[in-house]
Amino acid sequence: METLGFLMDGFAVALTPYNLMFALFGAIVGTLIGCLPGLGPANGVAILIPLAFTLGLPPETAMILLTSVYAGAMYGGRISSILLNIPGDEPAMMTCLDGYPMARKGRAADALAVSAVASFTGGLIGTIGLIMLAPVLARFALTFGPAEYFALFLLAFATLGGITGKNPMKTVIAATLGIMISTVGIDISTGTQRYTFGVLELYEGIDFILAIVGLFAISELLFFVEIRVGEGHRKINVGKLTLTFKELVSTIPTQLRGGVLGFIAGVLPGAGASLGSFLSYTLEKQIVGRKGTFGEGDIRGVAAPEAGNNGASSGALVPMLTLGVPGSGTTAVLLAMLISLNITPGPLMFTQNADIVWGVIAALLIGNVLLLVLNIPLVGFFVRLLSVPPMYLLPIVTMVAFVGIYSISHSAFDLYFMVAFGVAGYFLRKLEIPLVPVILGLLLGPEMEKNLGHALILSDGDWSILWASPLAMGLWLVAGLGLALPCLVGPLLRRRMNAAIKETPVSD
Amino acid sequence: MLFKQTLSFVAASVVTFSAMAWQPSGKVECIAPADPGGGWDFTCRSVGNVMQQLGLVSGSVQTLNMAGAGGGVAFAHTVSKRAKDDKVLVAASTATTTRLAQKQFPGMDAGMVTWVGALGADYGIIAVGKDSRYQDLNQLLAAVKENPKAVKFAGGSARGGWDHLKVLIAAKAAGADQLPSIPYLSYNNGGEAMTQVVGGQVDAFTGDISEATGFMESGDLRVLAVLADERLPGKFSDIATAKEQGIDAVSPNWRGFYMPKGASEEAKDYWVKAVDTLYTSDAWKKVMASNGLIPFHPPADEFDGFVRKQVQEIETLSREIGLLK
Repeated sequence: METLGFLMDGFAVALTPYNLMFALFGAIVGTLIGCLPGLGPANGVAILIPLAFTLGLPPETAMILLTSVYAGAMYGGRISSILLNIPGDEPAMMTCLDGYPMARKGRAADALAVSAVASFTGGLIGTIGLIMLAPVLARFALTFGPAEYFALFLLAFATLGGITGKNPMKTVIAATLGIMISTVGIDISTGTQRYTFGVLELYEGIDFILAIVGLFAISELLFFVEIRVGEGHRKINVGKLTLTFKELVSTIPTQLRGGVLGFIAGVLPGAGASLGSFLSYTLEKQIVGRKGTFGEGDIRGVAAPEAGNNGASSGALVPMLTLGVPGSGTTAVLLAMLISLNITPGPLMFTQNADIVWGVIAALLIGNVLLLVLNIPLVGFFVRLLSVPPMYLLPIVTMVAFVGIYSISHSAFDLYFMVAFGVAGYFLRKLEIPLVPVILGLLLGPEMEKNLGHALILSDGDWSILWASPLAMGLWLVAGLGLALPCLVGPLLRRRMNAAIKETPVSD
Repeated sequence: MLFKQTLSFVAASVVTFSAMAWQPSGKVECIAPADPGGGWDFTCRSVGNVMQQLGLVSGSVQTLNMAGAGGGVAFAHTVSKRAKDDKVLVAASTATTTRLAQKQFPGMDAGMVTWVGALGADYGIIAVGKDSRYQDLNQLLAAVKENPKAVKFAGGSARGGWDHLKVLIAAKAAGADQLPSIPYLSYNNGGEAMTQVVGGQVDAFTGDISEATGFMESGDLRVLAVLADERLPGKFSDIATAKEQGIDAVSPNWRGFYMPKGASEEAKDYWVKAVDTLYTSDAWKKVMASNGLIPFHPPADEFDGFVRKQVQEIETLSREIGLLK
């Protein structure tokens, strides 16, 4: 009941016209970003961070804007999956399987409508799960000491490649790069400077936000310049809505299963939305069995993965808000934003920054309703936006990135740094080294180091403290599984996924 | 330390104020050596507002955020590029003196700027979880004296930072030796550190009183002592000072300003008196009350000496724990 009271306060924050306006804006921009192939939710949120700084938004508004973009991107990803057979982002991959066949049969409008409703159901289930689980987990987090945190960060790193990771070696390289970058600056455990070479600007280390905006937004621009400049996608006819109410009702069990499964997948650190949509789709196929026409345009094949990935996107917020360990790339970006707003995730945030936490959660609920409303009648608008040439988008994104980063610190040095990160990001992507592990390494590396140091101070140098408590031991076990499973089961899963998808998406 | 609020002195300065020769014309800048949102940014913005209200500046006070190196970038900028600027103030606090003392601003020291004045402080505390066996500061420090590793402290600053130094100041005052052996766990901020103490993972918390208010009011945290000369006003008046408990440890985390050394003497006089006037105004008292700042304002002629003494103390402590060679 206490939770309900907090939630009401959250609604009071989220429903102010100012915050509502930014939630709506975030939902629209997020959907747009989601449906542009290649621009995933992590990039989307990264691109919007400078805008939050440029406009000088208060913390709760900034977070509401970014979470709305996040939710919107999850909705938007399905549009290009269905219409073009190109997933707008990785989690929308599974939606191609039945969405595109439906579109080819002239039922694009139906597929878009069902997937919008399924996204709503998934998002709603995920958010309700978040509301119930987060405060409990936040209190439980008090029992985490340095040894448990160390094991938890280890778990996050172990599951980083995830089951969908393509090349584990490249994931390791990426995470190592992130950790290396994070060692620059003062080492808080010893108070000494590392890798600063007497350059004053490096003394406080490298700002995550700089790295994130550079790696994601600037490298995205370079990619656009290289391959996509000038061209929009061809105009697509969506057709008329022929979906009957009965048909929609028949997918409700599918949506519920997908949402719950997605939420659970999202809560696990490192797994994220792609796994959520994959599991939901696979489970649905198993349950329905031969009666379905999966792969040929089954309506449940659209509903399941969409409910799954939207459930997962809310689920991924749970470990981020309660333990400070992001469950996915996008939540890592959101975590960086929270840190730069001087808010520390964890049990304290639920009491000291209750207005922000609950405002964001309420905004997620409101955002889901807004997105449902936006996505059914306005789907034609987003489809038309797909055909806007990126040449109009590019200069705006560049301008916002530069103004935003400059407005944080008023330092031209930071701008050079951001561009350098952008160029580095471009080359990393050319080498197919994923960027999300770089960010996670950058964010989690110092925390893991700190907690290792602390654990050893507490035990006076005895390493066995790291696995002394049952909780720590459990975390080690899960970490071990997280490391081993992808090697054993991963190739099998990937083969099935790839067999199902002819056109591989642009990786993020 | 020896400073009391000298209200009568300040009142006198207000009278002589209108007779001053030099007055700032046009825009005045206040450099906040950090990103917007932190303590230094707050100092600049709130002081700027009140100065405008009181008519101490004719134009506006513009806050310039200059983050980097924990204030080092702004310090270097003031020393080199603003050396003779009459119309710039730079926000500073104990974090500035700590870094100066530990030579973290390469090639720079406290004597290279003019210290204008302080406008309030946040006081250090030492606290334990509600289930802790330590009931007062003496019990806690007695345990430390007996075995330096007996009590593990958590705080929100780096090793050698102000939160760590508070522990050392108190332990030294209690007569403990082997200061470097006292375990200190540094967290990103006071909140994270407190969570570990409340959760029972670490024995004691070192931080500022303003950080601890939430957990103190919920009863999860027991504050053993505040490191101040006298008891703090208002809701904090129940907390015993370290001095009352026989331990002569004081650690004000002050907020104030420095300005370029090469500025004209008239300008320096003007700003010192402007800060005095501001400090005694009702408008500033309101700002202090609503932001948890506690009175702290060494007389103008003593502030420079206070800063140098603090730098000296920190340097000595830092040497003792091996942070400075």
